[in-house]
Amino acid sequence: MLDVKAGDEQSFTLLLHRYRTPLVNFLYRMVRNREQAEDLAQEVFLRVYRAREDYVPSAKFTTWLFRIATNLALNSMRDTRYQRMEISLDAPVTVDAEEGEEKTLDIAEKHPNIEQHLVEETRKKMIRHAIEKLPEKQRAAVLLHKYQELDYGEISKILQCSESALKSLLFRAYEALRVELAPLVAQQGK
Amino acid sequence: MSCSRMEHKILGYVDGRLKESERLEVEKHLAACAACRLRVNEFRAVSGLLDELPMIEPSPAFDVRVRARVAAEPLKQIWWAWFPAPRAAFAAAILALATVWVATHSANNPPQIAQEDIPVLENYDLLSNFEPLTELPAPVQEDDGGQQSQQQM
Repeated sequence: MLDVKAGDEQSFTLLLHRYRTPLVNFLYRMVRNREQAEDLAQEVFLRVYRAREDYVPSAKFTTWLFRIATNLALNSMRDTRYQRMEISLDAPVTVDAEEGEEKTLDIAEKHPNIEQHLVEETRKKMIRHAIEKLPEKQRAAVLLHKYQELDYGEISKILQCSESALKSLLFRAYEALRVELAPLVAQQGK
Repeated sequence: MSCSRMEHKILGYVDGRLKESERLEVEKHLAACAACRLRVNEFRAVSGLLDELPMIEPSPAFDVRVRARVAAEPLKQIWWAWFPAPRAAFAAAILALATVWVATHSANNPPQIAQEDIPVLENYDLLSNFEPLTELPAPVQEDDGGQQSQQQM
């Protein structure tokens, strides 16, 4: 980032290549819409570019990056909450209700073992829905902890809470996931 | 360690992020507490389930879109960017310096007096009260002199 600050355009390209996939995945799991996740990820990179001259390496770059991403995602979710409610009430029921998700049936048709594939897809859908049902802050904490593998210190800075509060937040999130995914958890335990 | 204190340690234990001393403390508690042992196993199962979600790749146009948005950013305006060109800035600086120099020097140097006038001025008081001089006729201007000589002719 310090090279980007010094005006090195190639370093910005490196940042883009290194962080685009984790960022898009994090945002996709937060907002559950691929197109929106990509728009938000673009906005994150744009903000990084705009702030390059004022960047002070007081914290890790990933902490700063995911703090921008988390704030954008939380704001976007709050803005679109009512919009989503209207859509979900008006939209017809489809096999694949999740936005931006690949059409399961098209892939299943090509799959040699359709039944097994459908079981796997149902499982993934249950997991996605369990994450989606978490309160926003708990969801962000789980995603940053589990998928970005950030340590407690970094996550607490991103979510602007104490490490102790973060540990409680994560515990409550895992408890909720354990209850929501109870049938799958029981299978895992066997 | 109590079960309530385990709340803060259990995830770190499941993910292997605890310090050695903390891990030993947790294991000591787990050996005596069946409820916490069950919870550890269930949290491990949840963690395993979360691993099943696949990663998605950004669309091929993602980089292009980011670059387009970055390229569309206006350049930062800096105060000296308001000057039209370096030559104009240089000319303005020279003009300002010249104005200052002229103003400084004209204030310090009073109007100059010719060398031949100095003795007259030094004796001004004496000459202004010198009686023979007061009796003299008023000085005749050059033009008047010319006219007089023409009249005499």
